[in-house]
This record gives sequence, structure tokens and C-alpha cells, in this order.
Amino acid sequence: MFKVRLYNTSLMSNNDFNALMPLLVLAGASVLVMLLIVARLSHRLIQLVSLLLFVIAFISLLNIRAMLPYQVGSLFMIDSFGAFMIGLIIFSGLAVNVFSYIYFQEKEEGPKEYYVLLFLCTLGACVLAVSNHFVSLFLGLEILTIGLYALIAYLRARNHSIEAGIKYLVLAAFSSAFLLFGMALVYLQTGALSFAGMANVIGAASVPPLLLTGLGLMLVGLGFKLAVVPFHMWTADVYQGAPVPVTAFIATASKGGVVASMLRFFAAIDGFRSEQLQVVMIVIAIASMVVGNLLALRQSNIKRVLAYSSIAHLGYLLVAFIPGGDVVPQAVSFYLLTYFTATFAAFGVITILSGAESDAEELVHYRALFWKQPALASILSVAMFSLAGIPLTAGFTGKFYVLTTGIGQGFWLLASVLVLSSVVGLYYYLRVVTTMFAGTRDLLPGPPPKYPVFLGISMVALFVLTFALIWLGVYPDHAIGVVRDLQLLVTAPATSFAE
Amino acid sequence: MMLVLLITVLMVGAVAAVVAGEWSRHVPRWIALVACVIGLMCVIAIWANTSPAGGSVPSGQWLLDYRKSWIPSFGISFHLAVDGLSLLLLALTFFLGVLAVLCSWDEIRERTGFYYFNLLWILAGVAGVFMAMDLFLFYFFWEVMLIPMYFLIGIWGSENRVYAAYKFFIFTQASGLLMFLAILGLYFIHGQDTGIYTFNYFELTGTVIPFKSAFWLMSGFMIAFAVKLPVFPFHTWLPDAHGEAPTAGSLILAGLLLKTGAYGMLRFVVPMFPEAVREAAVPAMVLGVVGIIYGAVMAYSQTDLKRLVAFTSVSHMGFVITGIFALNELALQGVVMQLVTHALSTGALFLMAGMIKERLHTRDIGEMGGLWGPMPQMGSIGLVFAMASLGLPGLGNFIAEFLILLGVFQAHPWITVAAASGLIFSAVYSLRIVGKIFLGPRKTMETVPDFSFREMLIMAALTVSIVWLGLFPQPVIDTARPAITELVRFMDVQSAALQHQPYVKQ
Repeated sequence: MFKVRLYNTSLMSNNDFNALMPLLVLAGASVLVMLLIVARLSHRLIQLVSLLLFVIAFISLLNIRAMLPYQVGSLFMIDSFGAFMIGLIIFSGLAVNVFSYIYFQEKEEGPKEYYVLLFLCTLGACVLAVSNHFVSLFLGLEILTIGLYALIAYLRARNHSIEAGIKYLVLAAFSSAFLLFGMALVYLQTGALSFAGMANVIGAASVPPLLLTGLGLMLVGLGFKLAVVPFHMWTADVYQGAPVPVTAFIATASKGGVVASMLRFFAAIDGFRSEQLQVVMIVIAIASMVVGNLLALRQSNIKRVLAYSSIAHLGYLLVAFIPGGDVVPQAVSFYLLTYFTATFAAFGVITILSGAESDAEELVHYRALFWKQPALASILSVAMFSLAGIPLTAGFTGKFYVLTTGIGQGFWLLASVLVLSSVVGLYYYLRVVTTMFAGTRDLLPGPPPKYPVFLGISMVALFVLTFALIWLGVYPDHAIGVVRDLQLLVTAPATSFAE
Repeated sequence: MMLVLLITVLMVGAVAAVVAGEWSRHVPRWIALVACVIGLMCVIAIWANTSPAGGSVPSGQWLLDYRKSWIPSFGISFHLAVDGLSLLLLALTFFLGVLAVLCSWDEIRERTGFYYFNLLWILAGVAGVFMAMDLFLFYFFWEVMLIPMYFLIGIWGSENRVYAAYKFFIFTQASGLLMFLAILGLYFIHGQDTGIYTFNYFELTGTVIPFKSAFWLMSGFMIAFAVKLPVFPFHTWLPDAHGEAPTAGSLILAGLLLKTGAYGMLRFVVPMFPEAVREAAVPAMVLGVVGIIYGAVMAYSQTDLKRLVAFTSVSHMGFVITGIFALNELALQGVVMQLVTHALSTGALFLMAGMIKERLHTRDIGEMGGLWGPMPQMGSIGLVFAMASLGLPGLGNFIAEFLILLGVFQAHPWITVAAASGLIFSAVYSLRIVGKIFLGPRKTMETVPDFSFREMLIMAALTVSIVWLGLFPQPVIDTARPAITELVRFMDVQSAALQHQPYVKQ
């Protein structure tokens, strides 16, 4: 079995400190950037420092690999699954950071505080990924959400931004209330706040009604954050109104963190065994896949298309989530990996194409892009194909993993709905690609790029993402091998208490 | 290794073409031509080496085999193998590939690099489909050919191209995904039975499947192949796609993509679900006959030349599905023959339609007429292929349809009677093609040049092949025989086993 070192002392030991290093780096980074802003450093410098700090956070994560799994107090369980998710989230923060310079340099708002908030949001999502306790779960969620309120409405002079910010604020606060009430009910029934404690109390007995109610309310709260149907109403407007890099962050890191904590919680209390809960989740999954894909069909705004597509993708993810069992963390992490990569490639292209006045969000904007900027158009095409789940791209391997998980446990209905709804999905992904091929090359050369260095960095990032998309599609064995080794632990094995 | 080379030469050529397209408009077509010719020579070399006259004669059905682990965690391997059936279709692939490049030589003037990239990529996908012996890999190649075809129709097609491209893509992708579900189902049934989770064709063919599951899995496979072939109610994408595609696109669609459907049935459906296939035989044959007659009637009523030829494909492919489900050696030999000859004859008709369109800028047969006068060469060649299409003895199609009808007669005489009526219908529409286009009064007084040297070369190659197949079909039959006899033997063994165990169905 895995050895879990457990310290029941109230003081943090050196090891605890080391294990939490990635989170601490992120927290410290936000303070450091704040100080740099006070010192009136330029946007360029702050951007580069943030980049460096993200890299440091990532390295510190690599550093703790040897000591996994590791439990910090009763709040955090840093296992390989959690570490993988933290990696994904930090990577998302990094990618968002890279794309942010060009985007915000041209905008009217001072861009510097943006980086502070970005670090905080990343921290919140990371905390979620390793939280093993209601307190850390809620704290992580609130750090993430409060940061996002400000980020979404960052361009505060713009109508859509304000609308999106308010919408997110109201609904997120609303859903937090649901979550809290659900937690309270669960606490009432079990008398424990830590996942392990709850698991001990519930044991193998059937799920009592009060607990079920609590779980249902929690599901509503988490469902809002994940934007699954029927809790998806805010998605399209927020995606459209938020600055493009922030949209990318909402689509990926914030959802990834919530999925990870939800998975950990479900695994702990073995929520998969409750039939009522399963039925509810199946309904949610099917509704998300169908509604998300159908609503995306009629959109002409690419940010809204991606918003509805993300609803559908969360539905696909639930297909891997619902069956329960050892395969679930693997399938979920692999799917998130492919989905993150494709989403960042898509949003990266949108960011680079966006101008000072408005985002490149209308599909018309992409006409003939393939003949004007073949590199960007190819990258966006690959991203679209990957999101559509077409072979040779990561999306296909991800969907394959999800389907095998679903079918392997006999969830044929979910698998069939996944397949049929992704056929519907093809239409709008293809429409984006078709638009880029329509029209002809206009002979006028565009204006020269304004920030060659940062454009270069962004392009390198995009190429890396595209390469990863194709690599994961053509030769996924390596990544599958990594994902297969992931362990999701909730309770420390009994033997380790003796240590 | 040779088999991998066949695919890599096309893929490398494709990438080289798109890179070269940045600098020059003319280099990509040469690259494409060279890639296809190299591939064709490789196939001929394999054929020569493995035929009785050549050096090594393999003992069993399989001539060459290449296997390398790909995604071992799911039991997926990069497994290619060819038998006679695959080899024939591969030869067809590269032969039509060369012709497709040649016929696009002057037709495509814009974005040539990307055009030849797509063309070669489709060919790579098709070649992969004919060789893949791992179901995951098979599905992979199955999908690889779709996207470039979508681009080919959507970018270089005629007026209504976007609609046609969508329709083609969504039909084939949707049915392909259902097949993928069936593949996964088979994978898990086999895995749960034996404990070995693998996508390997040779291991999966032996799976014992409960009848009900077998029926559903077979339906999953069949729907993908039936859409591609196309079988009667699933054919609606075909006239649009063929009509709007550029000439080379129509050629490849009719000559190769439709064949992948028939190949899939022969290679996967029949050996994997022998019981279910037997049960479904009569309905499938009836659908085939309906397709034969419906396609012919629709072809007669078309005014658009390319749509007309597209509907003749529906009719000819009706013979294919009828022949496959007759499940005896004669009919299956006829099916293989039909696959090859239909590719040649229909391909030639599409090429001709393309050439006429280049000259007259229309596909409407109402605006043609009397073209024999200015273009006697095209007229006579057109006559040859119209005759081939109606099944005139001496040309390849006759052999194919005759064998199919003979084979089907052994199984179900009445179905044969209905299917044979298709021959009369085909005579009606074929003669209408010749009459409307080449004979009668001239409609336009534009000067239309006859064949250029390049066009003559293309048509000569096709004419020689179709006459050769009509007079000496034996080499094709010999090449396909081991695969066919194996298939028939397998079905017999299955039914013999069934007679001893009458309760297997439950």
C-alpha cells in the first residue's frame, strides 16, 4: 500500500511546508507582484516576473513528486491525482499569463493588478484540487470565485464586462449559499467536516435521506461552478463579457479545480453507490451534452460557441465520472488534459487576433483567415478538431478514454448520447473551420505586429499546445501511462497511523 | 515494412506538397504524382513477389504482415496486413491516385499545395483502411480520410459545395461513431470473456457473442459501411457530394471511398458476426435490389451529368451488397470484380463529366448534344464506358455482374430475378447518356477541343484496364481467391458448428 505520512500535531513540520510549496509560491507570488506594482514597475517587467513565478511554482510541484502521497493536517491530501491537477491548473495560469500581455497592453485599464488576481485564482483552484475537508474546499472555492468576480469585470468601462461580472457575482454567491447549506446538512448527519471523517461515519450503510438532501444541495452549488445543465444560464454571457484570457481561465482552471474536489469528495463518501444520486447525475450529464451542443448551433460569436461547447464537454466528462471506480480519476484527468490543451489553443488564437477596440469574437472576423494567417488558422483548426473529437487529435483520445470508461461499466445510454450529441457538435466546430477557409486572400498586408517579443512567446506557446494536441492524438501511450499511475486517496490507510 | 512505406510515402508527399505550395504553384502536383507512382510501383512489386510466378508464395491467406505496439495500455497495435483482397484494392487506390493527380493537373489553379495535401491524405487514409488489422487503427484511418475529403469538396467544389461538404461529413462521421461504439462493445465483450483486452482483428474474429449483442454490434458496423457504400436509404449524401466535388474528388469518392464500405463488410462484418449476418441476409439483399432499381430510375431522371453518374453508383453498389449477403464464393468473387470494375468505369464517366464541364462550363445534359462531331475521341471512349456501365460482355462490369447474379441465384432465385432487371434499367440510362451528350443536334456552337495528350493518357489507361478485365479476369479472381475461399469456409464451419449445437442462439 502507499505510505502516507500523517502528522497530527497542530504545528506545520518542514515536510508539510515542502509539500505545500506550490500553493505557497502562488500565494507569495500574488504578494510579490503587489509589491512590484507599488514600486511602479512596467507592465512588461511584471508580466515577465509573473511568468517566472508560475514556472517556479511548477518546478516546486515537480520537486514534491517523491514525497507523494502526503497528507497535511486534515485539510489537504496531496496525492498524485491532486498533484496532476495542480500541475494542470498552474499550467493553465501560465498559459493565461502568456497570452495576457498582448491582450491587456492595448486595453484602457491598467493591466498590472490583473496579475495579482490571476495568482489568487490559480491558488484557489489548486487548493480545491487537493482539499480533503469542507473548510479547505470552501476556502479554495471562494478564493477562486472572488478573484474571478474582479477578473471578469476587469475592463470595467465595457457594458458586456459589467453585465458578465454582475451575473457571475450574483449566481456564484447564490450557488455558494446552496453549497454551504448542503455542507451544513451533511455535517448535521455525519458530524464530521473532513472527508475521511464522513467516510468513517457513513461506512457501508445506505445513504440516509438527510445526507442525500445535503449532497443534492451541494451538487447544485458545484453544478453552477461547472456550468452543467440546468445550471448553465450564466455561461454564455460571462464567456462573452469577460476578457479573452479570463474566459480561457474560467473554461479550464476553475472547472478543473471544482471537478477534482468533487471527484475526491465522491470517492471519499462513495457517492457513486447511491442510485438516486446516480440518476440525477445521469440526467445532468445527458442534459448538458444535448443542450450544450444544440444551443451552440445557432451562435455566431465564437466565445459563445466555446461557452456552449464547454457545457457539452463537462457533460462528456460526467460520462467518465458517473461509473465510479478506479478508472475514473484516470479518465477524468486525461480528458481534462486534452480539453485544457485544446481550449487554450483556441483561446490563444482568439487573444492574438483581438484588437484594442474589441475582441475577435464574431465568426465573420475569421473569414479567409486561412489565407491571411495560415499558422493561426491551422492552430485554431486543430483545436476545433480536437474539441470535436476527431482522430489524430487529443480530443479523440480523450473521448475514447471516456467512452471506454462508460461502456466498460455498462453505461450504454450515456455512451450513445455522447456519440450522438458529438455528431451535432461537429456542425458548429466545422463551421468555424469552414469560415476560415471561405473567401480569398486579400492582397493588402496587415499592420506589422506591435509587440514582436510577446507575440513570439505567445506563438511558441501556441505551437507547443498544437504539438501536444497532435502528439496526444497520435501517440498517447506516454500520457496514458502517466495518467494510469495516478492515485486518488481520501483516507489514509489504517496501517499508516501506527507509524 | 513495405506496407508502412505505402502510407508514409503518401503522408510525406502530402506534407512536402503543402510546403512546396508556399513557393510554387506547379511543384505540388509533381510531388503528388511522384508519391502516387512510387506507391503504385510498391504495390506492383508486392503483387509480383507474392504471386505464384514470383518468388515467395505465402502459405495462407495473408501475404504480408507488419505489427508494432502502439497504445499497449488499451491493447492497441499498429497492425497492417494484406491479403489478395486488400492488395487488389490497394492497387486500385494508387492507380486512381495517379489518375486523380493527372486530372487535377490544370483544373486546380488556386491553393495547389493544400489541394494536393488533401488528395494525398485521403489516399493515405484509404490505403490504411485497406490494410489495418487492428480495429482501433481501422477506425483511425476511417476518420483520417474524412476531413481532407471535406476540405476537397468544401473548398474546390462547385456552387453548392458547402452544403454538400457538411452533408457528406456529418453522414459519414455520425455513422462512423456508431461503428466506433460497436468496436468498443466488441472489445469489452471479448475482454470480459477471455480476460484479454485487445483490438486485434485476428483475436476478435473468434469472439463468441450472444446473438442479441451480436445483432446490435453488427448493426453498428453495418450502418457505417452502409452509409459509405451506400445502401438504399442511406444514400442521400452521395449525389450531393459527387455532384459538387471537383473531378478528382468525385473520382476518389466513387472509386475508393465507396469501396471502403464494401471492404468493411467483407473484412469485418461477415467474419465477425456470421450468425447475425445469416439472419440479416434476406433483408440486406432486398435493400440491395431496391438500391439497384431505385438508383437506375433516379439516374434516368437526372439532368445534371455528375448527379446522374452518382445515381448509377447507387445502382451498381446495390449489386455489391446483394452479392455480399449471398454468402457464396461465386457471388463474392463477383463482388470483388464489381468493386474494381465499377471504380474504373464510373471513375471514367466522372472524369469525362469533368472534362466536358471544363469545356462547356455546365453539367446540365440539356445543354449538351452532338458533341461527337467536334470530339470524336471523347465520344468513342464515352461510348465504351457507357457500355461498360450497362454490362456489355467483353468489358469488366459484365463479368462482375454476371458472377454476382449467378451466385445470388444459388441463394435466392427470386431476388436474382429482381436484380437482373437492373441490367435493363442500366441499359436505358447508359444509352441516354450517350444519346443526350454525343448524338443529336448540337446545342452550342463554341469550339470544343478534343482530348489533350494528358487526357488521352488517362482515358487510355482506364480503357485498357476495363477491356483487360473483361477479357482476362482470371488474375483478379486468382488474387482474391484465397481471401474469398477462407471467408466462405469460415461461414460454413460456423453453420456446421451450429447444426451440432442448436441452442447457441439463446
